[in-house]
Amino acid sequence: MIELQHVSKAFGPTQAIEDLSLTVGQGEFIVLIGSSGSGKSTTLKMMNRLIEHDSGRILFAGDEIRSFRPEDIRRRMGYAIQSIGLFPHWTVEKNIATVPELLQWPGARIRARVTELLALLDLEPELYRGRYPHQLSGGQQQRVGVARALAGDPEVLLMDEPFGSLDPLTRVALQEELSRIHRASGKTIVLVTHDIDEALRLATRIVLLDHGRVIQTGTPLQIVAQPASDFVTDFVGRSEVGIKLLGLETVAGRVRRNESADGEPVAETLTLREALSIFVAREVERLAVVDDDGRPTGCLHFSDLVKPRE
Amino acid sequence: MSNTRHPSSALTTLARDPLVWALTALMLLIFGMESLKPLFVAVFPALERPIYEQDTFLALVIAHARIVAVSSSVSILIGVAAGIFVTRSAGAEFRSLIESIVAIGQTFPPVAVLAVAVPLIGFGEAPALIALALYGLLPIVQQTIAGLESVPRGARDVAKGLGMSNGQILARVDLPLALPVIIAGVRTSVIINIGTAAIASTVGVKTLGSPIIVGLSGFNTAYILQGAVLVGLLAVVTDLAFGRLGRYCERWRFAA
Repeated sequence: MIELQHVSKAFGPTQAIEDLSLTVGQGEFIVLIGSSGSGKSTTLKMMNRLIEHDSGRILFAGDEIRSFRPEDIRRRMGYAIQSIGLFPHWTVEKNIATVPELLQWPGARIRARVTELLALLDLEPELYRGRYPHQLSGGQQQRVGVARALAGDPEVLLMDEPFGSLDPLTRVALQEELSRIHRASGKTIVLVTHDIDEALRLATRIVLLDHGRVIQTGTPLQIVAQPASDFVTDFVGRSEVGIKLLGLETVAGRVRRNESADGEPVAETLTLREALSIFVAREVERLAVVDDDGRPTGCLHFSDLVKPRE
Repeated sequence: MSNTRHPSSALTTLARDPLVWALTALMLLIFGMESLKPLFVAVFPALERPIYEQDTFLALVIAHARIVAVSSSVSILIGVAAGIFVTRSAGAEFRSLIESIVAIGQTFPPVAVLAVAVPLIGFGEAPALIALALYGLLPIVQQTIAGLESVPRGARDVAKGLGMSNGQILARVDLPLALPVIIAGVRTSVIINIGTAAIASTVGVKTLGSPIIVGLSGFNTAYILQGAVLVGLLAVVTDLAFGRLGRYCERWRFAA
């Protein structure tokens, strides 16, 4: 979908990106992560030509991005940023309709699309379409921001620390929302963050950057379990590797199907990390497990957290 | 109607509106100055003709408003264009130059501009219009720049990232958001112009300054009063109307 080949970019004397190569495949959820100044945001902005690369090639759907008009390529990629940047003088409806209007969709189709997106992002359409951004909470504003990025049915969604300014609860809720949208729509998403937990939670593939170079690329499990260097281990959090590993797997994979336990059951869709927390909080060694519909599926032993049974 | 329980509420709102009061006072004076004749006779018993009669006050107000409208339109066109130009990346380096030129434009008193312009282009409207247009530029340019700079950075970034062209960003995001601030500048400029336009009568242009000038040279205090009160009221009405317009342009801010 997007391919960066030996791309470099300098801002004056500072080399921001050095010989970076990266392929974003159809349907992937790529998270670019790194500390500030690592070049993650620059990499994202080069993809829709908000920043022009100095050398190398960037291909979008097989064509060099410079063969497109910048406006055209941007309308084919959704864009959402940390400050949200809703247009304060436009209603929620008009904000979401930004790209469809640029693409000159007919009015009825735009209206239907807005309704669909508001519902998708859990905002009651008739209640919210006529409101102005200043009448919304931060989380609702960012939902509208995401809806606006999705509105033109873009082939790729580019997100620059979209949840950075939200409180932890709202952030997790929106991450789950985005994860669900990704699974349901199969959209290709490239997201920039400096939050390793966000990356582990969302990504199908993580790209860890430092000083404009790719340090490691891999699935969340590979990044945590097989770090390429000490830098990666430090970034993930040296003292928390085990916890992060537990966060990547769900209870379903380790449940003992033929056993049962007493007490309040837990859902098998919980991560092992959440299960650990429940073990400790309840001071128990075994937890009853149920599926989505509340039917008992078995039990989880505390020792199952350490390693799967043979 | 929805007002059935408070049948007087629309009327009360109207009665509390300062714009309505000022406009009514202006209209009464324009059309009813004649009927104040006994008052002026009583206050200025020495005057032979206590009411200015060379022109109707309606004609004077219209002429005055026309001079202001023409000169302010020129100020607005040039001022807003200059403000937009220096806030684009292409014009950024001209910013301090244009700001100084505009500031100098307001430093010169309009009387001085008129004095210089008359020998060059002669008596009449042209020198007056030039002087007024130059004099009114400063607040418009300043406020256009301030308004455009107050547009939230995030909104501009996203507008670009979503694929708006520079022209679309200007027309759909920058100008609508800057408009209330620009209108505040236009308001100041027009109010200054209404006052200053009276001076144009010194070079033979018919304005509300005419009774003032004639009154000053002929020691007719009544004429001076009549011209001055009308200029003042015209300014007040215009000011209130611009306040209304400014609020209308950012009515989204007040949505509850």
